[in-house]
Amino acid sequence: MIEKIKEVVKKLFKEDKIDIFIGYGEGTLPLRTTPCFITGPDNIEKLVWNSYCFNNLAVYLPRFFLPQLQKKDLKFPRIGILAKGCDGRSIVGLIKEHQIPRENLYIIGINCSGMIDIEKVQNAVYKMQEVEIVSAKEKSGKVLVENEDNKKVELKKEELLAEVCKNCQYTAPLIYDVLIGEEKRKTKEKERAAFIKEFEKKPLEERWKYFQEQVSKCIRCYACRQACPNCYCKECFADQTRPKWIGATENISDIMFFQIGRILHQAGRCVDCGACVRACPMGIDLRIFTYKLIEDVKEFFGYEAGISLEEAPPLATFKPDDKQEFITEP
Amino acid sequence: MENKNNWEPKIVAFLCNWCSYAGADLAGVSRTQYPSNIRVIRVPCSGRVNPFYIIKALQNGVDGVLVSGCHPGDCHYISGNLIARRKFALLKSFLEYIGIEPGRVQFSWVSAAEGGRFAQIIEKVTGEVKKLGPIKKMVKEF
Repeated sequence: MIEKIKEVVKKLFKEDKIDIFIGYGEGTLPLRTTPCFITGPDNIEKLVWNSYCFNNLAVYLPRFFLPQLQKKDLKFPRIGILAKGCDGRSIVGLIKEHQIPRENLYIIGINCSGMIDIEKVQNAVYKMQEVEIVSAKEKSGKVLVENEDNKKVELKKEELLAEVCKNCQYTAPLIYDVLIGEEKRKTKEKERAAFIKEFEKKPLEERWKYFQEQVSKCIRCYACRQACPNCYCKECFADQTRPKWIGATENISDIMFFQIGRILHQAGRCVDCGACVRACPMGIDLRIFTYKLIEDVKEFFGYEAGISLEEAPPLATFKPDDKQEFITEP
Repeated sequence: MENKNNWEPKIVAFLCNWCSYAGADLAGVSRTQYPSNIRVIRVPCSGRVNPFYIIKALQNGVDGVLVSGCHPGDCHYISGNLIARRKFALLKSFLEYIGIEPGRVQFSWVSAAEGGRFAQIIEKVTGEVKKLGPIKKMVKEF
């Protein structure tokens, strides 16, 4: 697949269709890749495509199209971007929210076969962080991991897939200029929301305890916010001083406010790419909360984020017969 | 310490200027009796109520929050309450999901002519919050 990507990118630069290409480059550590910004045809060889390309590249887009850049008579760059299913949906969301112009984008869609969760690799073989993995190779559905003592272990890729990728619904973006890779990965649709349903069944106090447990791990580094393509606000509510929504203390109530606030801001926008979960250094189970809103938006308003450019965002519109059972009647 | 038997809940009520606030006014003018546990905050429209206001109120130790606006279709700003309805549906469902008692945060529609209905709703909300007892979750303790 990587050959095909390089070919397309080379052609784009040759035909002068893009100024910058955003893809993945080799990481400095095994099992990792780094976002790679390519500005000319000479550096195309740096690009890679493997099972560790989990970063959501859409997060880098809005900064190229800030309004203050337009004032200086600078022309917006034309950007080519490699997009997995989730990246593609994030891009659609950003276009819809007028953060990036569609005409300046060239989206190379790629049919993603799921990304590997590094933690799962580490847990599968060694106890986490006790042993350093020095190399990792991937071949036909298997991952060969080698540690510092030259001990080699072969693992099945299927068992290492990240939770978000396991039951992914859209493996390829829905809006693209070229699509690479044809086969559609089959995932189990029914099991997708099973963990939400299970959590809902628990008694109220238990749910609260779990929420409290998860939130109390938070150190408010805001890595989840930085990693999220939807969090492009110039000034986040967490940083605002007027009104000051959140105190500067490590009081759990403030942390709860931040988490509830951030998750609510994702309502109808989150595409379940898992960037926040991966970014969290404390391993907070954020997905159980963000996915609830995805499910609710789907159930109440029949809307899914990042699917179409025309459909209005769910919280900017209404239907006369929207769900109303929650209203208190005397 | 507050005596638990004499404990009375504090409820913040966000009332929309055009309907619910006038409804509350009518209840007052008509001398309809209702519990005095509510603290009214007048807002231009129920659509003006940011979900953050509600969470912030809970954080500051308010035992219950009521948001009341015009009936669907009667909004002074045509669709403010309809957009608010979507927001509140998600907020209420989410707060319940993470384990905050569903009775703490309530929403209702009261028109300017429904003084009696306003009193009934306040009675109902106060009763429910009273049953739940003082709020412990979310409250910021110094």
